[in-house]
This record gives sequence, structure tokens and C-alpha cells, in this order.
Amino acid sequence: MAENSKSAEATVLNTKILKKLKGAFQAFDTKSDNTVDIKEIGTIFYSLGFFPTQADLQKFTSEVEDERSGYIHWDRFLPAMTKVLLEDKFPPIADELLLQAFEVLDIEKRGYLKPEELTNYMTKEGEPFTQEEMDEMLTAFTDEEKKHIYYKDVIPHLTLERKM
Amino acid sequence: VGSGKLGTSYPAKLAAILIQRWYRQYVARREMRRRYTWHIFQSIEYSGEQAQIKLYNFLGYLMDNFTPSSNERNLISHIFRENEVCRDAEWERYFCYKNIEVPEIYSGPHLTFPLTVEEAVGLVEAFRNKKQQLHSRYVLQLLLETWKLLRMLPNINRISTCHSKEITICGDLHGQLEDLLLIFYKNGMPSLEKPYVFNGDFVDRGRDSIEILLILFAFLLVYPSNVYLNRGNHEDHIVNLRYGFTKEVLNKYKMHGKRILKLLQKIFSWLPLATVIDQKVLVLHGGISDSTDLGVLARADRHIVRNQHVMTKVVIFPLSLQSISRVFQRRASFTYPKPLGTRDCFQNRSLQDFSDRIRVNMENQLELSRREEPTLNAQINKPEQESLSLPHQILDLLWSDPMTQDGCIPNEVRGGGCYWGPDVTEDFLNRHNLQLIIRSHECKQEGYEFCHNRKVLTLFSASNYYDVGSNRGAYVKLGPDLVPYLIQYQASSMTRELTVRQSVGRTERSALRVLREQLFAHKSDLLCAFRKFDSENTGLVSLNDWASAVESVMHLDLPWRMLRSQLVTCKNSEGTIDYYEWFNESQLSKHIDQSLLETLYRHRSTLETIFRIVDTDNSGFISMQDFRQTWKLLSVYLKMEITDEAISDLAITIDSNHDGSIDIDEFMEAFRLTDKKSRLERGRSMFMGTTSDLTKLEGDPNI
Repeated sequence: MAENSKSAEATVLNTKILKKLKGAFQAFDTKSDNTVDIKEIGTIFYSLGFFPTQADLQKFTSEVEDERSGYIHWDRFLPAMTKVLLEDKFPPIADELLLQAFEVLDIEKRGYLKPEELTNYMTKEGEPFTQEEMDEMLTAFTDEEKKHIYYKDVIPHLTLERKM
Repeated sequence: VGSGKLGTSYPAKLAAILIQRWYRQYVARREMRRRYTWHIFQSIEYSGEQAQIKLYNFLGYLMDNFTPSSNERNLISHIFRENEVCRDAEWERYFCYKNIEVPEIYSGPHLTFPLTVEEAVGLVEAFRNKKQQLHSRYVLQLLLETWKLLRMLPNINRISTCHSKEITICGDLHGQLEDLLLIFYKNGMPSLEKPYVFNGDFVDRGRDSIEILLILFAFLLVYPSNVYLNRGNHEDHIVNLRYGFTKEVLNKYKMHGKRILKLLQKIFSWLPLATVIDQKVLVLHGGISDSTDLGVLARADRHIVRNQHVMTKVVIFPLSLQSISRVFQRRASFTYPKPLGTRDCFQNRSLQDFSDRIRVNMENQLELSRREEPTLNAQINKPEQESLSLPHQILDLLWSDPMTQDGCIPNEVRGGGCYWGPDVTEDFLNRHNLQLIIRSHECKQEGYEFCHNRKVLTLFSASNYYDVGSNRGAYVKLGPDLVPYLIQYQASSMTRELTVRQSVGRTERSALRVLREQLFAHKSDLLCAFRKFDSENTGLVSLNDWASAVESVMHLDLPWRMLRSQLVTCKNSEGTIDYYEWFNESQLSKHIDQSLLETLYRHRSTLETIFRIVDTDNSGFISMQDFRQTWKLLSVYLKMEITDEAISDLAITIDSNHDGSIDIDEFMEAFRLTDKKSRLERGRSMFMGTTSDLTKLEGDPNI
């Protein structure tokens, strides 16, 4: 009995997820030929609520790309994505962790970061930002007057509308 | 790194990577939002154009099918007679500016003719710095001189980049003066060393269309061999009725606006259709089709074919109304294969969807005319042969869009022109020995876009077109090597102040408001769709079902689930939506008979356009009699059943001062949609439901 309801649950889950995946995929299928540009894979992941690293994305892309054409076909995308879902490979990051991450960087516990400090971390550590990404982040989040990044204020913007 | 509480010794490196991951996904999701926002604006923009075409078709249909004794026919002939071309001598008398005095207190620019460079530059400065209006005497004078000049120009301008001159080409400006000023600032004003081509759509939507025209015409007069203007689909007085230019002129020039508009009507019809550079690069507003023939176009009488008649496939002007109807009858059996009956059964037909039927016929006609021209022409004399195909050839030039697939199909989204593929480009370029097509007509986020193997370049010069931050503008420089060099920009001081995040949000809010209006306009269809999912009549639907239902009605191909939180605030905790409650979230400001409400709201733009067409002297008022007759027409077109009493009630409600005439603006005010719960953003949106908004921009703190 339990098994039946479990598999029934699984089927329902799959249809829902399938719709979701299909929706995300189609949003980027600009040529209407069931393919998307590999450059969009990251965006598709994020829109589905996953948080892969750049390395994760590269690995995924190399596995599903259509012979270096620069495009990924739905037929290869779907099984690979299903695997990602079932294995929960790129789980979402909880909001609280984001706050704590900022607090770690804010060594003096001032409640803000200076643009130079943030730039230092973002462009030198982890998977470094490009200059463009850095400039954009600073423009978006630096307080006009004080020229600081008040991360507590920034976080709600980053986490808005996450639920689909 | 998984979820869960972090220990206190969390290294900075891991913190950094977490923030990076988070930021990147935020940027990606914002990009998605920007994309669908764009999609919303575009699909609604194009459906507005489609509605315009439907209107043309409808008017043409009426021409075909009303017997002489009907009241409606009087109305139509009244409309068309006013819009007809008269002899030039009569017009010159009407446009005489000589008795218009310029008062002493006028502090704006003074013009003398022939115009000098200093005066043209002075005009630009006056508009830029002091925001002054040019006095109507000078406007009329300038326009008259322009008209005289344009009459001498060929249909297709031919220019060259000799003497190492670079030619600057600009795309759509749409009344956005700051963009033109920005281009002049970056690139310099037109001069002997700096030739310019302006590729159409100078007017409508933006609020300074007349100033743009005056500047362009001034430079055209000063440098006739260095300034070239191509006609766009918005250089058309009927389109202007819907999209704001007519209103702008009437508001800025209260005394002489009507005259100015009539003169512009003639000027528009005399604008050249295209420009060819060095016999290698074709510049035109919309595009081409598989039947575009530059030779035919070069020989045609361009000024006598106008959009409204192009749509209804009228042959040649000047003709009286009677001969037009004779032409229709001659071709009736070809264009309308099924006889539509006498006047009596016409009333009963109000239940049929004429507009769709006409559209289908229109498509058939377009298809047929493309493929069967020889047959059609065989019935008519040879000299007319070319001009029969001329209307749709011009339509193609001004309305077409490129597509990625091969072939050539009617442009159903816009309702006019076609979609043409890379094979058509290839063939066309080879046939005419050209190497590049530069066109405009479509807004592009970067201000430009190449397609068809870089053989077609779309150029759009109105930045922030949909809203602040939505897109850049661009212009092209072409030297003797004919390699396009593109310069991008983004006007408006507001853009600098807004961060990227804010500008996306702002555009998105405008788009969502427009979308909410569209949803409201389709309320009954949506309710029907929801009920299909709600078999037990609980008044609730699941999120998924809500999304499916909405897409099935709206056909906008949008990620509705993602948009849901912005569109519906009454989602309850079980994840279902109370759809009746949803519609109560918005309401209209005035009370109009509820049974008419939704249909009227949906077609408010068309309604307004019809009113303005009927208002032939552009006074802003129409008589009660015309008002009633318009409703009768509309009731047929919109397949509404509307009784005479309902029309009378409506008229009485609207004619608040009981003077026997209706103020159009006041009437349209009834269709302003207000959101009970959310605060309306009053940005520079073109899609407002009411007409007075464009003129209220001055006092708007958000601008």
C-alpha cells in the first residue's frame, strides 16, 4: 500500500517537475527547435532554484552539449536535469547562510563592507568575478551617500521572489 | 556546502564563493525577468498595431457593403471625403500662414526663408535649452517649404560616400527628442561634411514628435543634398490618431493645430520610401518581401497611396467616393468570394465576428495577390498594372519584419507587411546587386541587431523605449568601405541615477501594469477558462491550472507561474487562487453599463481612434449624432449587441454639460484602470488607457 502511494506520488511529482523544466527550457528556446544556447544553462538552473557553481555548470554543459555546436537539445537536457533533481546536486542556499557569509567577511563587525574589501574578496577568491560583474555589483549595492555596502539591506533584494 | 547552520570558524574563502554563487543566480533571474518584460511590451505593442490594421479592414469592409441609403454610409463618406486629397492650389490657400501674426511677447526662434544654418541650429538650441515652442506661423511656413521640396524628390534617394564622407543613419525616434539631441551631441549636427539618413517613425508615442519633425525638416531645407528622410509606418495620419501624435499637435498648437496636421498629412505621403547608398546598401524602414521590386517602386506615384487605402486595396487617387465603390464592386467577386447579402440581413450578422473574417480575407488577399497578380491585372488596363501591386509593395516596405526561417509569410502579428527569411534577403540582394539592408521598425535591446548572415541590420534609435532602462539606442556610420560602425547610447538623466537593478524593476512594473490591464480586458474569457478547471464550482483553482487557463486565453507565451506573485495577491495558504476575488482587485473609475464594459475596455484604443477619425476637424469633440452612429458601427465590428437606448444612456452620461457634443478625452477617462491594492506607477508608458496622460507628463514627478 505504502509503495503504491509512493510511486503515485513520484508520478505526480514528475509531471509537475516536467512542466517546470519544460517551461524553463522553452523560455530560452528562441528558435523554437527544442534547443537552447549553452550560455543560458546557468540562467535555466537559477530560474529553477538551483545554485550550481561555475565548475558545476561547466561539467553539466560538457556532458549534454550537442557536439560542440553551442546548443543543447531537449532530449539530452531532460535526462541530465532529472538526474540533477533526483540527486539533489545543487541545493538552494538558505538565506541565513548568505547573511553569515557577509558577516564572516565583515571582520570588524561594522555592519557594512567597503567597496574595496568586497572587490578584493569577489575578484580574488572562489570563482572570481569578471570586472564587469564586479562593477555591476558595486553599482547595484553601494549606498549612494556613505559609499558602503550595507549587506543586511542588500540581502532582501537578492532573495526576493525566489519561489516560482 | 549544504544547508544548515554554519560553524563560527567559517573561512572567508567559502563565504566568498557562497556570495558569488548567490549573486550570479540573482543576475540570471533578473535577466529572465527583463526578457519576459520585453516580451510583454512587444506583444502588446504589436497587437496594438494589429488592431489598427483590423480597423482599416473594417472601414474598407464598410465601404464595400453599405448601400447608399444607410446612415452609416453617410458617416463613412463624411470621414473619407475629409481625408481625401484635394487639388494642391486649394490646399495652398488653406495653409496660408501670412495672416498669422507673431506677437511681441513671443521669445522663441524666428525663422526667415530660405532658411539658414544658424536658424536650424538655433531651433535645436531653443528646443534643448529653453524648451520653447516654435510659433505656428513659422511651423506652417517651414512645413510648406518642406512640402514643396519633398514633391521634387524621387521615391528612392540615391546617395554616395564620395570624398571620404561618412554617412550617419538613424532609426526610429518616436518623438523622443532627447535621443535626437544626444545623437547630435555625440556625432555633430547635419552639415556638408556630415550627411544623415533618418529611417522613419519620427513621431508617435514620445512627447516631442513635432519638435523632432521641425528639426529634421529644417536641416532638410538647409542641406537638401545631405539630409535624407525615409517614410516609416507611423508617418501616417490615421496611425497618428491612435498613437499620440495628433493629440500632441492639437495640444501644443491649439489654434492652428488642425491646419498643421493636414499639412503634415500631405508631407507624410510625399516622404521618400527608401535610400540607396553607393548602389550597395539599401536603407528603408520596415523591410522587403519576395515581391519587392525597386524598379517598380522607383516609378510609382508614391504620394497617392496611403496606408488606409493600402489596407483596403484601393487602386488610385484622386478618385471620388463613387468611383472607389465602383472599383470595389468590380473586384468584389475576387476579394470576397462569398456574397454577404443585403442590408437587412446585415444587422443580423452582428453576431458574427467580422473582424476575424476580414482578417482571413485579408490574408487570402495578400497571398493571392502575391501569387496571382497576372490574373488580377489581366482584368485591368496595363498602366494600372504596376500600381495595383503598389499598395502592398509599399506596405511591405514599411511594415515587414525579418524572421529566421526561410520563406515569406504574411505578418500576422502586426497585421501588415510580411515576415521575410534569409533566402528572400539573399535573392533580393542578388537581383538588385546590393550587399546590405539597413532597416528599423523593431525595438532592440542593444539598439541594433544583425540577422540573415549579417546581411540585414536592424537599427533603433529610441532608447528607453518601453520604459526607463529598457534598451539602448544606436546609430550607424557608413564610410566608403560600407562597413557599418555602430554607436550606442542611452538617453535620460534618470538612467544614470537608477541602478541596473532599479531600472529592470521599473520597466517590469510598467510591463506588469500593462499586463494587468490586458488580463482585465479579457475577464469573461478568463472566467470561462477558470470554470473549466473548477468543475465543482469552488471558486478556487490551483496555481498550475491558473497558469494554463491564463495562457489558453491570452496566448502571450509568458511564464505565468513566475509572474503570478506580481499579478495575483489573493493566493491563499493551500496554494490555490480565488479567481473571483482576483478580478475584484481592479476596477474602473467610472460607472458604465456593465455589459458593455469589458468589450469596450479591451478595444478602448480602437474606440478612441474611431472617435478621432470621426472628429474630422480635429476639435477634440464629436457631435451626438456622430457619436451614436459610431456606436452602431462599433457594435457591428465588435460583435456587440447594443440597443439604441443603451447608446443614448451612454451619450447622456458622457455629455455632462449637455451641449450636444462629446469630449473625447473625457470619454476615454472612463477607461482608466485603477488598482485598489497597488500603487500605480506613472512612468512614461505609452500604453495608458486614457488619452490625457500624454499631455499630463509635464507635471509628473516621476519623469
